Amino acid sequence: MQKRLRIGVLYSRVRVEEKWIFSALERRGIDFDRLDDRAIHFDLENPAPWREYDAVIERSISYNSGLYALRILNAFGVTTVNTAAVAEACGDKLTTSAFLARAGLPQPRNVVAFTPESALVALEELGYPAVVKPVVGSWGRLLAKVNDRDAAEAIFEHKATLGSAQHGVFYVQEFIKKPGRDIRAIVIGGRVLTAMYRKSEHWITNTARGGEGELCPITPEIESICLGAANAMGGGVLAVDLIEHSERGYLINEINHTMEFHTMQPLSGVDVAGEIVEYAVKVAKENMQKSE
Amino acid sequence: MSTVICPECEAQIELNAGTEVGEILVCSDCGVDLEVTALDPAAVQLAPMEQEDWGE
Repeated sequence: MQKRLRIGVLYSRVRVEEKWIFSALERRGIDFDRLDDRAIHFDLENPAPWREYDAVIERSISYNSGLYALRILNAFGVTTVNTAAVAEACGDKLTTSAFLARAGLPQPRNVVAFTPESALVALEELGYPAVVKPVVGSWGRLLAKVNDRDAAEAIFEHKATLGSAQHGVFYVQEFIKKPGRDIRAIVIGGRVLTAMYRKSEHWITNTARGGEGELCPITPEIESICLGAANAMGGGVLAVDLIEHSERGYLINEINHTMEFHTMQPLSGVDVAGEIVEYAVKVAKENMQKSE
Repeated sequence: MSTVICPECEAQIELNAGTEVGEILVCSDCGVDLEVTALDPAAVQLAPMEQEDWGE
């Protein structure tokens, strides 16, 4: 008799996306556990309880909790969506940029330095305006558009003095004047499922910051660049954010590995939660066959 | 339908059918984020403050 699949869903908060994922699992009759990342713990000498899961879908809001859980689960040999390597590539924006550069994919120019003084030199070479970004962070938090040297000196001093050790990595990106929108595409298992424009008069177009969604046609060019970006991260369940440059075309801004899709799913009619579950089932079965 | 009291402003909040433990509600009176911690009986507490590594 074929073994019934058992899936774990690791989460921090039950957002609408998690409710949709739970419903998608229920509709398919899949056994699953809700794993609150604030309540679980791991005994590294005892992987057996975790090996009961054929796959764990990671949906933590906390990047650190999610990443370390994935590292442990992958070390235990548990299939995860996404893998720890993909989470690290996407969650650390500087690593994302480095992987995109390695793959030769188009992105804004980036410079990196480790002291305020060297960051200032790097920024002046890049030119104003520029965007100082935290290497880890989301929802448009702590992005600083720097228009001149005075502002740059202040931002770098504040980061060095007030920030955590991570803010000692000065990650500066060329400012791209967007046409009042950017593009988010959902890529799952090597397919671009849907895309939307995120519109905002503000230079930060994230819907978490009030940007509005509108469907974006998936042109061959968008499909190609999104698949390239997803492959460069290691594949899986991803959201690729693109910026339109007036001369250089599409540039990859960032890639999210635990994306929100509360705007995208109703707007597109694509069952993103169902697609995530189908993908988790697929990789779970593939890995079960490999280990047999 | 279950009713809970906002711990911040004492407003009465009705939980929708299908509400889950771990879900975040916004108090319609004071706007604070509340986390549903139990359903039977229903209970809420102030949701944790957003952390620097939170996101998608």
